[in-house]
Amino acid sequence: MTEPIRVAVVDYGAGNLVSIRNALRQLGADVSVAETPGQLKGAEVILVPGVGASEAAMGRLRRQGLVEPIVERVRAGTWFVGICLGLQLLFETSHEDGAQMLGLLDGDVEVIPGAPSLPHIGWNRLEIQQQHPVLEGLADGTPAYFVHSYVPVPADPAAVVAETEHGGRFASLVAVDRILGFQFHPERSGRDGLRMLQNTLGLIAADRPAPAEVTA
Amino acid sequence: MLLKRVIPCLDVKDGRVVKGVRFVDLTDEGDPPELAKRYAEAGADEICFLDITAAPEGRGTLLDIVERTASQVFVPLSVGGGVRSAQDMRDVLRAGADKVAVNTAAVDDPDLVKSCARRFGNQCVVISVDARAVPGQTGRWEVVVQGGRKPTGLDAIEWIDRCVENGAGEVLLTSIDRDGTQEGFDIELLRIVTERVRVPVIASGGAGTPADMIAAVTEGNADAVLAASIFHRDIHSIDAVKADMAAAGVPVRLGGGNA
Repeated sequence: MTEPIRVAVVDYGAGNLVSIRNALRQLGADVSVAETPGQLKGAEVILVPGVGASEAAMGRLRRQGLVEPIVERVRAGTWFVGICLGLQLLFETSHEDGAQMLGLLDGDVEVIPGAPSLPHIGWNRLEIQQQHPVLEGLADGTPAYFVHSYVPVPADPAAVVAETEHGGRFASLVAVDRILGFQFHPERSGRDGLRMLQNTLGLIAADRPAPAEVTA
Repeated sequence: MLLKRVIPCLDVKDGRVVKGVRFVDLTDEGDPPELAKRYAEAGADEICFLDITAAPEGRGTLLDIVERTASQVFVPLSVGGGVRSAQDMRDVLRAGADKVAVNTAAVDDPDLVKSCARRFGNQCVVISVDARAVPGQTGRWEVVVQGGRKPTGLDAIEWIDRCVENGAGEVLLTSIDRDGTQEGFDIELLRIVTERVRVPVIASGGAGTPADMIAAVTEGNADAVLAASIFHRDIHSIDAVKADMAAAGVPVRLGGGNA
């Protein structure tokens, strides 16, 4: 029996946590809510959800003293999953409001180029750019549910796992080492979305250190 | 490119789904979360609850339903009916709804849409408009409220413009003339509204066949279609409707499912 993955869902007042918490629990994860640095302790993955503006979100993370602890833990090898705004916060500067963000990934956040309508709300397709375990079992063109106007532009094109088109094209799924970012809402993307979350938990489980060998 | 959505609407009264819903093997045919889950499994792109409870003390029951639904349904959830204030909207969103539709309350308080959009973001504020054709005047519709019983004197097209300017992120447009008839959507109304606004428009009122859904999207340029009775009575299943739409060249999400 594998132990459930310990997920800390960061609560910084940016949107409700109900859906993501429920989805992870349904998948058997051990979910706790973290509002303080101390509550990140013991988490195998830090999950940052969120909807809204980046500057306000960074302000709340700073006031709760979470910015440094999150950056330090992720640099030290803790998994990070960002959803929607939580993905955007990984980058450097947001052109939405000039916010200086976590800077764990190189690149900025910009409005969706050439968008026929904003916000981009609804189901749209993931066009797979490279194979990644998070997409195991999912076909190219799988639909996912989006609610946003801004998108990350990773400096390193190799970070882009999937793209989506809404007028222009943008990175909708980003992965670098132990960092995963969904621009869409897997917790609202039906069976396919849950599959991606399950794949994510599987990746984290497979990455656990092997049990210490008993030496004679 | 955004896919066209198919949305079943469940009328909820005093915590129970009303209007006949038929699934042969359901243990409880009136339980909103159970029905919502069933629809999500059948490929619904979003679930809409419309609370028609008259008594204000029924609010707690609705929040409980939203919470129980959000814990087992993993597609977006919209809730309408009885939301009178930003505080009401906050409660429904915190219970796990993704969007909240306002109708009568927005007519009574023209600042409601603006204050809710500012506080929660345009993406979760849906303006629900019940429009009735003005007799003898082609191309004119009047806003009616209280389930179509009360005329307001407002021109529906101007009202929608105003609500979108105030920050409504989506329009749920119901033709009261077609509602419940299963004779097809009011395509002319849809076409006029979709030409004017940049936010998504959900067609409602009159769905009878998959061909009606296709017409709403291809001729009326609707972004989504909402229906109640044809799904509840199992006249057409959601996945069958979507398969027909796909065959007609409408981009939809196939093989979706909940979990």
